[in-house]
Amino acid sequence: MSRSRIARHSGKLILGIPILWIILFMLVPYGVLLTYSFWLKKYPLFVPAFQFGNYWTLLSDPQYIKVLLRTLKISTLVSIASLVLAYPFAYYLVFRLKSPTARLILFMAVIAPLWVSYLLRAYVWKTILGTEGILNSFLMSIGLIDEPSGIFLYNQFAMVLTLTYIFIPFMVMPIYTALEKIPPSFAEASADLGMGSFQTFVKVTLPLSMPGVVAGFTMTFCLSFGDFIAPFLVGGPDGQLVANVMASQFGAALNWPLGSALAVVMLIIVLSIISISDWFEQSGKVEL
Amino acid sequence: MPAIIELRQISKHYGSVIGIEHVELSVEDGEFLTLLGPSGCGKSTLLRMIGGFEEPTTGQVVLSGQDVTDLPPQKRNVNMMFQDYALFPHMTVGQNIAYGLKMRGIGRAEARQKAESALDLVSMPDKVDQMPHQMSGGQRQRVALARAIVREPKVLLLDEPLSALDANLREQMQIELKHIHDKLGITFIMVTHDQTEALVMSDRVIVMDSGRIAQDGSPEDLYERPATPYVANFIGTTNLLPARITARNGADAHVEIGGQSLQVRTDTVPRYDDIQIGIRPEKAYFIGGADEKAGNILSGHVAERIYHGNSLRTTVRLHGEQEFHVDAMLPMGMAQAASPKPGDKVQIAIDPDNILIFERES
Repeated sequence: MSRSRIARHSGKLILGIPILWIILFMLVPYGVLLTYSFWLKKYPLFVPAFQFGNYWTLLSDPQYIKVLLRTLKISTLVSIASLVLAYPFAYYLVFRLKSPTARLILFMAVIAPLWVSYLLRAYVWKTILGTEGILNSFLMSIGLIDEPSGIFLYNQFAMVLTLTYIFIPFMVMPIYTALEKIPPSFAEASADLGMGSFQTFVKVTLPLSMPGVVAGFTMTFCLSFGDFIAPFLVGGPDGQLVANVMASQFGAALNWPLGSALAVVMLIIVLSIISISDWFEQSGKVEL
Repeated sequence: MPAIIELRQISKHYGSVIGIEHVELSVEDGEFLTLLGPSGCGKSTLLRMIGGFEEPTTGQVVLSGQDVTDLPPQKRNVNMMFQDYALFPHMTVGQNIAYGLKMRGIGRAEARQKAESALDLVSMPDKVDQMPHQMSGGQRQRVALARAIVREPKVLLLDEPLSALDANLREQMQIELKHIHDKLGITFIMVTHDQTEALVMSDRVIVMDSGRIAQDGSPEDLYERPATPYVANFIGTTNLLPARITARNGADAHVEIGGQSLQVRTDTVPRYDDIQIGIRPEKAYFIGGADEKAGNILSGHVAERIYHGNSLRTTVRLHGEQEFHVDAMLPMGMAQAASPKPGDKVQIAIDPDNILIFERES
């Protein structure tokens, strides 16, 4: 092959490998999942079929609806908690902190945990909240309680706390970016036109930072929605989320068709949320 | 006329760096005042102090008799037009302009009507429902102006208002802003680094140099009687030459410049014999060989000619090796060809009244 032919075809090669990768490890599995979701379970085998029985089971059996609603609730609480904590923090970093070095250090302090294993970060909360944990020994040392309490761990509160801790960087980053894009002259112009700092925030800063809020909310919501580890580690018997139920269908319950149907439903929910947030972002888009 | 703004002994220090040093300034009601200087001279800081966006380290800002030094921007009856216009991108033009009216308890209908008449004033009717990003730079600038004047401030602050516009539009807006100033009758304080802008638009110009006022005067004062070589060089072009007084005779004196002699007139006799003289390029002219020795003359030969369309700039190398620019208009029928060419020996005549005298900067 001549040199020019190699040059001409190298483009296809460079594109080809990633495309192949995506087909093999993403599109094919989705296809397999979708196919399985229509199959029948005939113990101990799965029989190819085209029927909606698995989906009907998910909709009619209250146990699945309950888990789904619980997962939606937990993800919503995690997103709200992250937003309430992340927004003031990002606002402080962008508008109040004068020193760029301090800003960088504080921003990195939020991002740095992302480099630590996710499993480890979730596990840490088990040791903090457990009966032998730091929280219990602290409360005992100051005399607030006499014996270790089990109320902190294995409940929905522990789950929301852990997930918020883990996913909050995904809320801070987009909000920080959105706030940083707002020119300082906007707040000055607002003050110049007679508005106090609270009104300026409500009328100018908040609306202009909404794309960041929406992006952060979508990310923390979708990540929590599919989470498997936190419910497993700190959720307790009553804290199963959709991902845990799904995992058990592929494992102990040995019902791949039902697990697949559940996965497809989850995928549809997450994709709908992303589409809504995308639409929201497009419609509210302004040029800064 | 009463003073609408007084700056009393204003200084601004950033750590050990001095931004503004002992500025004392009084602005008359209705004046069009311009703060002129290169970047970093403190002119913008001074403007922002009047607006309330920066606090002086020491000194007072007084607005119509009231000390407003510690008041935030929203409590001051001045408005600013920002360099980047700072139009809120998520609001329509009308909402932008009416933004500052809501706090005054003005109803929606009245606010809209005020916004429309402000747009009329800046020649932008029918744009009230457009979004800022749909507009050109010039249109956005007009909207920013409308927003700043709709609250009927006592003082309008303009921070480099025309710097983002292209040359043609800038010239047109200079005149238009001046007309709007005349129509409103309020005080305008503008910051610019563009000397032409300052001369064309202002009643009074404050030239600033490293945080201090270098000169305070009318455009004509600054051009005809610059106080220092810095001002002479910043406003227009000036041939600055080192000179030495050889004879004094009352208001007249003779100076020597690189071996050539010139007669000058001095109102205040310089303390030292070593001085600097300044001559505007358009106030010197070439004379023919026949009039030799007639009057006040510097001689040399032409080094370069630059064609400017309506005028011609000739650079002459004097016998003392200094360069000297002579500008000549090229009116109808007067071609470049008739002017001295590079290499020609020339004589430059200068009226003694047109020679500026500066103390030599030590």
